[in-house]
Amino acid sequence: MKTYLKKNKYEIIITIFMGLFVLLSYVYDYRIGTESARNFSDSIIEMISFLPLIFILIGLFDVWVPRGIIEKHLGKNSGLMSIVWMILLAMLQAGPLYGAFPIAYMLWKKGTSVRNIFIYIGAFTTMKIPMLSFEIGFLGLKFSLLRTLLSMPVFIIIAFIMQKKFGKNFMMNDGKNN
Amino acid sequence: MLILAIITALLLIISFICNASKTISALKIALRMFMNLLPQMIPVLFLIAFILALLPPETIEKYMGQDSGITGFLVAGAAGSIALIPGFVAYPMAGVLVKNGVSYPVISVFITTLMMVGILTLPIEKKFFGWKVSITRNILSFTAAVAIGSAMAVIWRFL
Repeated sequence: MKTYLKKNKYEIIITIFMGLFVLLSYVYDYRIGTESARNFSDSIIEMISFLPLIFILIGLFDVWVPRGIIEKHLGKNSGLMSIVWMILLAMLQAGPLYGAFPIAYMLWKKGTSVRNIFIYIGAFTTMKIPMLSFEIGFLGLKFSLLRTLLSMPVFIIIAFIMQKKFGKNFMMNDGKNN
Repeated sequence: MLILAIITALLLIISFICNASKTISALKIALRMFMNLLPQMIPVLFLIAFILALLPPETIEKYMGQDSGITGFLVAGAAGSIALIPGFVAYPMAGVLVKNGVSYPVISVFITTLMMVGILTLPIEKKFFGWKVSITRNILSFTAAVAIGSAMAVIWRFL
């Protein structure tokens, strides 16, 4: 509990200030403040009823999906199937973009081609399953499906461009030095 | 919402019957993620609520709505490229924006740039790939996001 409060101290301070702002807005009948409070309570109620469900699904996903099986299929092979495996591997991840770079480095060291590294990054950024479940939940299946279907060819094209432009003497670093 | 609750409950029961300890660790993961997200989410949602109270709906409609055209894309693309919002916060936020008149194609540009382009994380990316590769990837991704948004805008009218 104590470390939790410490870790989020800025957020908590901001939240306290927000509370004060809302309180004063009601006292002085400041319309923008009271309207913000109403907008906020609508959205936060929705979040709090909806989010636990999605997080339980992600938790179940995390403990049941065997990532090892897919990792076995990665390597130097550069056939079309390797694109599929790359995308599948990326879809099972979670986290921000800069979390993908160390994994990309590891893949590069294992001999993954430049094209597949950028396919991995593309799929990581647009098709992670935990993110998709959020997207479907908040923006609807139609939006999510359409955006994913449009993104896939686009990031594959980007990967081919990167391969063509940088394929010859492509180098990666472990991100620790320079 | 109800369907989601039923699916979650069913999967949880099946998972528990198959392996109780795995299910408990899944619930622990869920709780930890939720608790980590909550403090970040509250200020962002309040900021959005505040901005929405400040701006009249017509203004949002004009700059980011159905007929905002390229202006909406550029505003959304710039915001998405610079912002450092985790996806778990971005989607709820996008949901609120859509309810307040921001069009789906504009949201798709925002989401895509948010995920694929990272101006503030360029120094981190450069450490792995070097400047040339990183900048090229970001420029290509920005272009891609606008292209995806434009395609969305065209297709969305027919759906």
